[in-house]
Amino acid sequence: MQTILEMKNITKSFGGVKALSNVNFQVTAGEIHALVGENGAGKSTLMNVLSGVLPYGTYSGDIFYKGNHCIFRSIRDSEKNGIVIIHQELALIPYLSIGENIFLGNERAKSGVIDWERTYLEATQILEKVGLRDNPHMLVKDLGVGKQQLVEIAKALAKDVQLLILDEPTAALNEEDADNLLKLLLELKKSGITSILISHKLHEVIKVADSITILRDGATIETLKVNHDTICEDRIIKGMVGRELLDRFPKRAPRIGDVYFEVKNWNVDDPLIEGRRVIKDVNIKVHKGEIVGISGLMGSGRTEFAMSVFGKAYGKNISGQIFKDGQEIQLNNVQQAINNGLAYVTEDRKTAGLIAIEDIKHNISLSSLNKISKRLVIDDNLENKAAMSYREKLDIKSSSIYQKVQNLSGGNQQKVVLAKWIFAAPDILILDEPTRGIDVGAKYEIYTIINQLAEEGKAIIFISSELPEILGICDRIYVMNEGRIVGELMKEEASQENIMKCIMQSNRGRY
Amino acid sequence: MEIGKMKPAQVTTIGYTLRANMRQYAMLFALIVIMIFFQIATNGVLLWPMNVTNLILQNSYVLILAIGMTLCILTGGNIDLSVGSVAAFTAAIIGTLIINHKVDVTLAICIGLLIGVAIGAWQGFWIAYVRIPPFIATLAGMLLFRGLTNTILKGLTLSPFPRSFQMISSGYIPDFFPNVSNLNLTPIVVAVLLSLLLLYVQIRNRKKKFENGMEIMPRSLFVTQLVIMILAINLFALALAAHKGLPIILVILGVLIFIYHFFTTKTVPGRYIYALGGNEKAAVLSGIDTKKVLFFVYLNMSVLSAIAGIAFAARTNSAFPLMGNGFEMDAIAACFIGGASATGGIGTVIGTIIGALVMGVLNNGMSIMGIGIDWQMTIKGFVLLMAVAFDVYSKNKSK
Repeated sequence: MQTILEMKNITKSFGGVKALSNVNFQVTAGEIHALVGENGAGKSTLMNVLSGVLPYGTYSGDIFYKGNHCIFRSIRDSEKNGIVIIHQELALIPYLSIGENIFLGNERAKSGVIDWERTYLEATQILEKVGLRDNPHMLVKDLGVGKQQLVEIAKALAKDVQLLILDEPTAALNEEDADNLLKLLLELKKSGITSILISHKLHEVIKVADSITILRDGATIETLKVNHDTICEDRIIKGMVGRELLDRFPKRAPRIGDVYFEVKNWNVDDPLIEGRRVIKDVNIKVHKGEIVGISGLMGSGRTEFAMSVFGKAYGKNISGQIFKDGQEIQLNNVQQAINNGLAYVTEDRKTAGLIAIEDIKHNISLSSLNKISKRLVIDDNLENKAAMSYREKLDIKSSSIYQKVQNLSGGNQQKVVLAKWIFAAPDILILDEPTRGIDVGAKYEIYTIINQLAEEGKAIIFISSELPEILGICDRIYVMNEGRIVGELMKEEASQENIMKCIMQSNRGRY
Repeated sequence: MEIGKMKPAQVTTIGYTLRANMRQYAMLFALIVIMIFFQIATNGVLLWPMNVTNLILQNSYVLILAIGMTLCILTGGNIDLSVGSVAAFTAAIIGTLIINHKVDVTLAICIGLLIGVAIGAWQGFWIAYVRIPPFIATLAGMLLFRGLTNTILKGLTLSPFPRSFQMISSGYIPDFFPNVSNLNLTPIVVAVLLSLLLLYVQIRNRKKKFENGMEIMPRSLFVTQLVIMILAINLFALALAAHKGLPIILVILGVLIFIYHFFTTKTVPGRYIYALGGNEKAAVLSGIDTKKVLFFVYLNMSVLSAIAGIAFAARTNSAFPLMGNGFEMDAIAACFIGGASATGGIGTVIGTIIGALVMGVLNNGMSIMGIGIDWQMTIKGFVLLMAVAFDVYSKNKSK
């Protein structure tokens, strides 16, 4: 067997944070090679380096493809060589037909004029290969997600793909569609196409993969040959999470009070897709002074749950009850949620947490303008004092409170978001991935702030994809998968293996 | 809330202050350069007392519209294309009431303003609650109200208005003081009072900031700025005094500018508008009812359009089917020249006023020089492009 792809000593940093450090990755021609690891382990980054999404020169290290040293400056360059990546978010245009989508950017044309005859003829042939029997004139928006995924693969085939990269292709699919997709991968393998499969669903990986490479914290841990070793999920999980917990979390002696916040029988439907339930019968409770974790993989419904609780900021057909201090409360909009003492720190601070073009001062006061205004007129001095005090307390590194938040580092931006919500003086804080994309030092500072808030008796819900972080900071952990709570673990009994097992078992339960 | 402990005040450097406010200073500088240019090119006619008064009268309605347009653009680069038609529609109704039905002028004006409210609620509803893109909703409004204006006027021009109505745009505040060497003293007295008020407020703010340990600009710059502002106010007043005095429309305009400047910089709803334009998602998740904000911004725009319509009808002493055609473009251009961002969240009322004055001086200066209307348009288009290009360039540079 010859090596089709070799990535050597790949290192890539995002603004001082190392996403990949000296990663080595080797793929044999004609195999299905799985790439596994926790969220943030660097899988997607590695594939973006390979496909030219992150162009040559923005990383260090070398890529050899079919023995040639590769310099990919854009996706076009890698596609010319037959490397095609299919991202988790599908890149189809909903209001174009299947045929048009298949040849998007790769049109069957003669001197700029599209040959529709040929387009649809070839589309039909390719669709046959992927086992899709729909009319290529159909609009993509009228297809289900499973079929859309097949169109993506058809699109790759139209580009004469030789190395196909699939990023979580089955994440949004039901079991039947997922099964079909896996079968198709095996079919493609027979016709000589090499695939790299990124997946969290380990049973799928074991089913189809010939080799498995495990990434952790931006480094290659090991490559397992499925033929040689006896592979089981536990073996892979161990590789994925087997790191030592250093002293990365500030100490805290929890003083846990009575049940303070409770959500009962919570159900939420997807706001866009009719009849798709994203949150199913979720029950959680949080005590005073307690930090409760919600763990789960991306797409497990954690953010959807949090936002639907926070004044129905997400979803429709929401049902269930919310209790605060034993009293049922109605939270029909965000304003009501804030008035009832809730705060929600968003997962994505840039697009939903901050107003990037505004300064620190205006961002901090945004949710608490009533505190610094009289008859709707803002008292500039009160606002300045508040902003300055939080800038100092949270140690927001900045030139002054007038600095635009877009010019701050990720960690300091996150502190501004926290300051905004601490200023709003909530009783219940929902923190959604509060340390995403920030460096270890800033993480420590943010944990310290969270601990302080818990000590003040606030009830805290801490959502994170990073297992060590959840284990390091939470008193109790709910495990969420596919919109359900599939496990509840006390700090003492929680371990990365236990959490992963909860998730895997619930996945297996569906088969 | 815990209040931070006192820190010594930080006095910034001149360079820092200039850089931080570069956009505003640049625009002001451009205005001054343009004024000097035309002052020379027109052999001093530009700043003749009569012409200064004319400049205000000519541009008053565009200034009024531009104030409202600033708020629309702040919400996310949204514009209102219907303002000219709404102004015309209001003028048509008022004209019919006053001229054909002999309705009392005050009552008719009140009805005109109410029509502004009603139209604003109508457009605000479609834009904020049905979520029709403002461009489309107001394009529809532009056609709709132009059509209705034609229907009401039956394609004809209504004229003349009674003297009391014309006063809005062509009247002056009566002179309470004896004339000294042919000068109307009212504007001078008002200017002196305004100067004192400005002096008091500025010094008090600076002191307060200093006491609270806030950043303040260096004293030399502060004094220079104050001197220039006071000089400008008083020279302007002198020009008015040498002509016929203080125009009523200028008083209306001054009050509107003050109110909207205060509203956008000092009040909670004003802050909400900036937040909505800066990042709608973040605004929603911060507990801001963004639909309500959008609704009221468009309601406000139509009310200001109605006011502009009244002012324009009073100035032209008529209501005619094509009146207000193209006003929307002047107002929009003023906002962008004045530094508003086409994606929202950035812009000020004062900036827009400066932008509108740049356009006004260009119009006026070129007319005096006898440049044809075709070339005027070309030059204005070029100025708009350059102003925004400068904006984009300086933003990219600072990144």
